[in-house]
Amino acid sequence: MTTEEQLTMPIEVGQLIGRVEQYKQGGYRLVQIGCTKIGEVYEINYSFDKDFVFRNLRITVTGDTEVPSISGMYWGAFVYENEMHDLFGIQVRGMNIDFKGNFIRTSIKFPFGAAIPKGEQP
Amino acid sequence: MTKQIIIPFGPQHPVLPEPIHLDLVLEDEMVVEAIPSIGYIHRGFEKLVEKREFTEYVYVAERTCGICSFIHGLTYCQGIEEIMQVEVPERALFLRTIWSEYSRLHSHLLWLGLFADSFGFENLFMNAWRIRERILDVMEQTTGGRVIQGSCKIGGVRRDISGEKLGQMSKDLDSIGQELEELTNVFLRDASIKHRLKNVGVLSRDDAYSLGAVGPTARGSGVSLDMRKTGYAAYGKLNLETVAENDGDCYARCVVRCRELFTSIDLIQQAVRKIPDGPTDVKVTGTPDGEYFTRSEQPRGELVHYLKGNGTKFLVRSRIRTPTLTNIPPLVKMLQGCELADVPVIVLSIDPCISCTER
Amino acid sequence: MTYLKKSPWVIHYDASSCNGCDIEVLAALTPVYDVERFGIINTGNPKHADIFLVTGSVNEQNKEVVKNIYEQIPEPKVVVAIGICAASGGIFRECYNVLGGVDKVIPVDVFVTGCAARPESIIDGVVTALGILETKRLAMKEKGNETMDKSGSAV
Repeated sequence: MTTEEQLTMPIEVGQLIGRVEQYKQGGYRLVQIGCTKIGEVYEINYSFDKDFVFRNLRITVTGDTEVPSISGMYWGAFVYENEMHDLFGIQVRGMNIDFKGNFIRTSIKFPFGAAIPKGEQP
Repeated sequence: MTKQIIIPFGPQHPVLPEPIHLDLVLEDEMVVEAIPSIGYIHRGFEKLVEKREFTEYVYVAERTCGICSFIHGLTYCQGIEEIMQVEVPERALFLRTIWSEYSRLHSHLLWLGLFADSFGFENLFMNAWRIRERILDVMEQTTGGRVIQGSCKIGGVRRDISGEKLGQMSKDLDSIGQELEELTNVFLRDASIKHRLKNVGVLSRDDAYSLGAVGPTARGSGVSLDMRKTGYAAYGKLNLETVAENDGDCYARCVVRCRELFTSIDLIQQAVRKIPDGPTDVKVTGTPDGEYFTRSEQPRGELVHYLKGNGTKFLVRSRIRTPTLTNIPPLVKMLQGCELADVPVIVLSIDPCISCTER
Repeated sequence: MTYLKKSPWVIHYDASSCNGCDIEVLAALTPVYDVERFGIINTGNPKHADIFLVTGSVNEQNKEVVKNIYEQIPEPKVVVAIGICAASGGIFRECYNVLGGVDKVIPVDVFVTGCAARPESIIDGVVTALGILETKRLAMKEKGNETMDKSGSAV
């Protein structure tokens, strides 16, 4: 086992842009943005890495919160933000490339979002 | 001003074994912008964690991708072991490392072949795949599967490799190495290949880092980023030299992969020399409660599995961030300003694995 | 293999497979297995093809693509569904985005089993397909001119 030290810092949505900016200034790269649905709320993890130091920012939002895009600082963030929108239905404000729900086309809308009763596939 | 036209590229395209769709905005023959869209092979199996027990999910995780399947299985197991604080026996860690490196060899050879095909060298494609079969034979002999192995499990590995077999494998790698030498010489020295690849699809060091490039795509641009350096599995006990090139073009990415073939051989031979005796698995009881971002180096770059459990048999979330997904923004940058005829070569130069990306 | 008077060409499409079967299809074309020795060539153009190899299960997005490729292949044609995903959806059958086997969209003649399907089974499947192709061709021939005019490929 090679446990990595992984610090996760819960922050408010309003602080997001400022904190991400700090990471950008500090020379971190964006590893991923991932969303998890816990009950009725969504946890969004923004992971950064610099020389194998792993840091994590976590915001917890409700389904109707508009999350600001970080693609102004990390240009490549659009893939994760579009994914977050297409799979979870989270609204992201100000993406540099907005696919408007067409990045990952799914047969049911927002499959990871609100509990949609799905028919058992044969 | 020249009129702009949009050309759709894919999903069914002769050079692509997998469907990816790009809308290329062209001015004459020059690509001004490339807009990727995916979703043709999205299955949504991350949601299967709700239906499969965490022990069974290994098989699903492994089928994220048929090329680097072993490493997906390994990464998932590693994450669960981390959450449950399972101490995996040394020998299992070494075996995992050996199989990972065999996966890398087979994946890089597969890529070299497809890449050669993309610039019209069919013979080279066939040759790369011929050598690759020797790697797959070893995979099959030791795990039972050619491309999907199923030999990793939570708490260790399913099969052991005998000392005799390990010695044989190490010896065979010498002769495979010679064949690889011949093969990579063509990629590295041939004038027409250089002509085709040099200064095509250039990605600067800064762009590579800030856009989140990983794996050979990053290392081709001089960012020496290799998750094996974190020392997961048995990598911490082996001597690993990260391969990096500075030019950032398609040729540099090709050179990185060619050189990595030899690093992999070296790593396997080191591991064979150092592998300790002992058990290959431990019994795992209980259920995972907690979360962890587990990272590993796939042939295409850094792979992240985020796992979150709540103390039941079913995980709350498995989020797989594959290297190709994060290599898409750099690809979009590379394609800007290239010529239409170079698009297949540039797309292949990041070694796209769409199946991974879309999950 | 006496009925193999022609060189059947194949076209391969990855519906939503994990890649495992796709690379095995390609492996079947390369030196060790080498189906090209039977005159079988992988083409990217559906209008050149006789045999349609599909790997993986279908979903809402690629349903149309699969149908479209199938329709473009001239008669007589044979569909080979490779791997368990193409037969039923396999391990992914319960996923929300998976519709099921390829037979939900187009008629399938041969199912090749395995996860991932081995090159040997793929070759076996293709050889079985050749027999079916020949039967279909003869059936078309018997039907007479009407169909022949449309297809052009019948002898």
